[in-house]
Parts: sequence; C-alpha cells; structure tokens
Amino acid sequence: MEALKQELKEKIIDILNLEDIKLEEINDNDPLFGDGLGLDSIDALELIVMLDKDYGIKLVDPKEGKTIFQSIETMAAYIKENRTK
Amino acid sequence: MLDNKTYIQSFCTIQNNEIILDGASIFKLEPTTFLDFSKKAYQYFEINYSKFFKMDNLSKLAFLGAELLLENEINNTKENNIALVFANKSSSLDTDVKYQNSISDAENYFPSPAVFVYTLPNICLGEISIRHQLKSENSFFIFDAFNSAFMTNYAKVLLDSNKADKVLCGWVEYFDEEYKAFLYLVGREGNLEHKIETVLTEYNK
Repeated sequence: MEALKQELKEKIIDILNLEDIKLEEINDNDPLFGDGLGLDSIDALELIVMLDKDYGIKLVDPKEGKTIFQSIETMAAYIKENRTK
Repeated sequence: MLDNKTYIQSFCTIQNNEIILDGASIFKLEPTTFLDFSKKAYQYFEINYSKFFKMDNLSKLAFLGAELLLENEINNTKENNIALVFANKSSSLDTDVKYQNSISDAENYFPSPAVFVYTLPNICLGEISIRHQLKSENSFFIFDAFNSAFMTNYAKVLLDSNKADKVLCGWVEYFDEEYKAFLYLVGREGNLEHKIETVLTEYNK
C-alpha cells in the first residue's frame, strides 16, 4: 500500500505537470482538490484516464471520482480493491 | 474612422531560444528544446503561475510574450480594457497532432483531456485573459503568413471605435519545435507610430 501511494504521488506530479510541487510535500490525507493540491476539473478527467490506462479501472460514473479522488489515501484504497492490472 | 494616430508602445519577439523586448535581447539560451527554453524563461522572469506548466507550447509562447508586455500595464484597481488580436499559420496543429497520436491506436486508446483542451488556437487568448483578468474583445486569425495590414487595421478599428483602450497584437506560430512570437501593444499615446510598414519592419527584425 505504501508503494502504491508513492507511485500515485509520482504519477500525479508527472501526468498533471505539477512542476512546483515536490513528492514529499504531498501528504497521504491532503485533499487533492480545492485547498490541497488545487487540482481542477480537467485534472479530474486526467486522473480517470490514468485509472483506466495504468490500473484497468473504468469509472462508469464520473461522479464516483469525487469520493475516490479525495486524497492519495482514498485513491490507493480504491485502486487496491478494484485494479485489474 | 481610421484617422486617429495610434502607437506601438512596446514590442517583443521570441524565437531561436531568445527573447527580445523593445529591440534589446533580455534572455537567451544556447540551442535547446522549447520545453526547456520556456521553463527557464519562466524561472528567469520569476513568474509565479503554476498553471503555466499545464499549457501547451502555443499557449506557453503567447503567455510569455504577453507576460512581458502586460507586466506594467495591468492596473488591479480597475478593469483593464486591453483587447487581444492574435494570429498564426499552424493554428493548434502541434497539439492536434499530439492528441491524434493518443487516439490513433485502437489497442492503446487513451485520449488525454488535458491535451484535448488545447486543440484550438484561441485557447492561448483565454490563458492570457485569465492570467490578467481581462474581459475584453479577443480574436484569433489564421493566415498563411504574418499579415501586417490586417492586424494594423483591426487594432485601429478597435481603438477608434472605443472597443478597447489598448490592443495587444500577436503573431504566435508554433509547430514541431519551430516557433516565432511577435507581440506588440498598441495604444493612443507613444513615440513609435503604429503603421503597417512599421509593424512589418519590427516583425522582420
């Protein structure tokens, strides 16, 4: 689980081009949207694509993202439970 | 209608890893990629706007030029009626090709929303408008080559009809690591008269 969280932090910085954020600055329970990392709606769509591409998880209802993408912790838990690759 | 004199107040060229502002070179790197050049320029001018790194190359090019020309123009206490009139040759083709590559393989079909949003050339105007809180007129045109006469007349009409207090004009061409930006700010006061020939001369320098 710790390895997955680390992997997610690296992917998020890389895929979402968060040039000015360092890996160690992202805490497992920090909100990804709003006051936390300040991600926006396009970032949310990009995370949905990442779930599909890298973990074989297709989100049928994009609204599910609201709970899944709350933090690195919630993302990792969801991926661990639902990944197909 | 086009009798009032207008003036080029400031101008900027970005090409070949160099930025020239009002005729003087202010930033230059040895040959490198545009990704590296744009990032180093962002750092050199101490721009603090993390969304820059999410932009496509065309928007980064337009953004950097606008940043230098509008830096001292924006008054945060009032609405800034600075129109944007931009043009280029390749539209958003550089990003269009990237997006096409992400959807061309049916076995590996993962279209990127973050790339898709830049598959229109006028998105760069939106980026500049958001950055400087502009709610002004903006237009993006596609021409085979820089059209000095059209740009000059369009800017004059905007000023003469009081649609704008100033006009930021720009040629922002980017495709496959080949790029040139020529941006200039036009207003009703200044020393360098805004004429078709002057604009063309500065573009060709």
